[in-house]
Amino acid sequence: MGTPGSDGRFGDFGGSFVPETLVPALQELDAAFRGAWSDAAFRAELDDLLSGYAGRPSPLTECHRLGAELGCRLLLKREDLNHTGSHKINNVLGQALLARRMGKRRLVAETGAGQHGVATATAAALMGMDCLVFMGEVDMERQALNVFRMRLLGAQVTPALSGSRTLKDAVNEAMRYWVSAVEDTHYCLGSVMGPHPYPWMVREFHRVIGTETAEQCAALLGSEHPTGRPDLVVACVGGGSNAAGIFSGFAEDDDVELIGVEPAGGAAVGHGIPGIVHGMRSYLVQDEFGQVLEAESISAGLDYPGVGPEHAHLSASGRASYEPVSDQEVVDAFVLLSRTEGIIPALESAHAIAWVARERERLAGRTVVVNLSGRGDKDVAQMMEILGDRL
Amino acid sequence: MSLAAALGSRRDLGGKCLVPYLTGGFGDWTTMLGAAADAGADAIEVGIPFSDPVMDGPVIQEASSRALAEGTTPASVLDALARIDLGVPLAVMTYVNLVYRFGYERFARTAAASSVAAAILPDLPLEECGEWSEVADAAGVETVMLAAPTASDDRLDRVVARSRGFVYAVGLLGITGERDELASSAKVIAGRARERTELPVLVGVGISTPAQAVEVCEVADGVVIGSVIVRRALETGSPDAVGELVGTFRDALDRG
Repeated sequence: MGTPGSDGRFGDFGGSFVPETLVPALQELDAAFRGAWSDAAFRAELDDLLSGYAGRPSPLTECHRLGAELGCRLLLKREDLNHTGSHKINNVLGQALLARRMGKRRLVAETGAGQHGVATATAAALMGMDCLVFMGEVDMERQALNVFRMRLLGAQVTPALSGSRTLKDAVNEAMRYWVSAVEDTHYCLGSVMGPHPYPWMVREFHRVIGTETAEQCAALLGSEHPTGRPDLVVACVGGGSNAAGIFSGFAEDDDVELIGVEPAGGAAVGHGIPGIVHGMRSYLVQDEFGQVLEAESISAGLDYPGVGPEHAHLSASGRASYEPVSDQEVVDAFVLLSRTEGIIPALESAHAIAWVARERERLAGRTVVVNLSGRGDKDVAQMMEILGDRL
Repeated sequence: MSLAAALGSRRDLGGKCLVPYLTGGFGDWTTMLGAAADAGADAIEVGIPFSDPVMDGPVIQEASSRALAEGTTPASVLDALARIDLGVPLAVMTYVNLVYRFGYERFARTAAASSVAAAILPDLPLEECGEWSEVADAAGVETVMLAAPTASDDRLDRVVARSRGFVYAVGLLGITGERDELASSAKVIAGRARERTELPVLVGVGISTPAQAVEVCEVADGVVIGSVIVRRALETGSPDAVGELVGTFRDALDRG
């Protein structure tokens, strides 16, 4: 998972398919990020924030009870323990620092489940910037707590009323807004998607997940495991940012299997049809004419019909596999991890647990790292309705 | 007739070019196109509706949704255009995914066979348009490029050089929709584009009234009028009402 050229390509995927108005801003962002990322002072400032503010490094937790139940050695990368409750903070702290370096005074963001919106609102509060978050009207209803949290942090939350009124429409509204405000506003995109340089830049801001995990695995497994590496690394994939982050620590190790877990109702890689939307060429859930279809998932954060272009490339090249899980499997996994380990996962992260639980036979005796990308507090109200008296 | 020829001849006669936009595939849209042509349009831009139109404001989004709900597809719009002759050239405007899914070459050939003179793809900028532009040029479809206020001089040189038919100067920083006043950026970008090309330079996005059209045409060679016309089409469903509105722009531009 290396550095793309100025054309932003990962194999056949990626690029920058955006309105002409935005092209100069994206070129400026590419140049600014290249400069910042090779500037030791910028890296040091970000590292200080990640440790002193976000709480990194996040632990790697061994799940003894669940591992015993499933018959594998199970390790969780605890991104749920970061400030704001998910991996999203890694990326927004990086982008907010970069925006400040570029002289922008406002952040605009899209959000699905609200985790990226909360993280962006948090970074904006920390750095004294204005923050505007677009969120699908449907998602605002199912994630009311996060809406309040963003407003508490001083952000303006605006409903996306078009289309399916979920994450893809929030992206459309954020892009429309950015076209009108590009001169003083940075679009703080929340996943490894969109036009170049976002897929690459967001992956780099999340690379810390993979780097830490590789070091922690070496320390934990080194004496007893021949390579000091796990056999598999598993992560949920909507746009694919937490997966890109943890994969980046293992992509060069061919003996480590990389598994991305998609919701069955929004499996962009699974459907495998290339398309161009939101500035990128990637796999896209679409009809025969190229109209984008609505993804359907129990988890608002994975309710997205596309996927980051580097994941499309990792799939096409065979380096990573992408597999679907059903909403019911996710609900079961949500309960399973809560009951066996005392960790309530985000519904997004529960997708990765669900895949491990379902595939227990092929995983028997192997060492599996799951990126637990977020905590489940935001999902408790929704799960209370779904599970009701069954507990 | 090509777009460049039709718009160029209007300009060479001392006139200003008027290109109304209508979304294809909702209501009695082909009759509306005829009414617009009869009311003095020099060419017409026809939108092929897309599920996620990021350059469009609420009015054109609404028209796109209605058209999609009526079962409109890229092929159905092109088929309908093949069966009408309005006496003015037609440009189709849509988003690149529909063209990519159709197949660049097949789309270009089908458009040409449907008497479509030109294509406008707002999410296919200079850096990404090579593959499409090549097959469009070969098929005889003019690819109109957008010139935005954010472009550097160097970039503007390359945009106008790649453009065919006319140069679409984006009048403001923003998406399609009506505005109370003409943005100050409109005349500036029109002037910057004009000094770089022999092609007609038309300003679109945010031109909502005949007075704004006249004002921007102090510099520009013409205007593209979208949301205000689509709103009239949505509200009335009446080709006559659409024709009447186009006529008010024609009269204003002719009076100057």
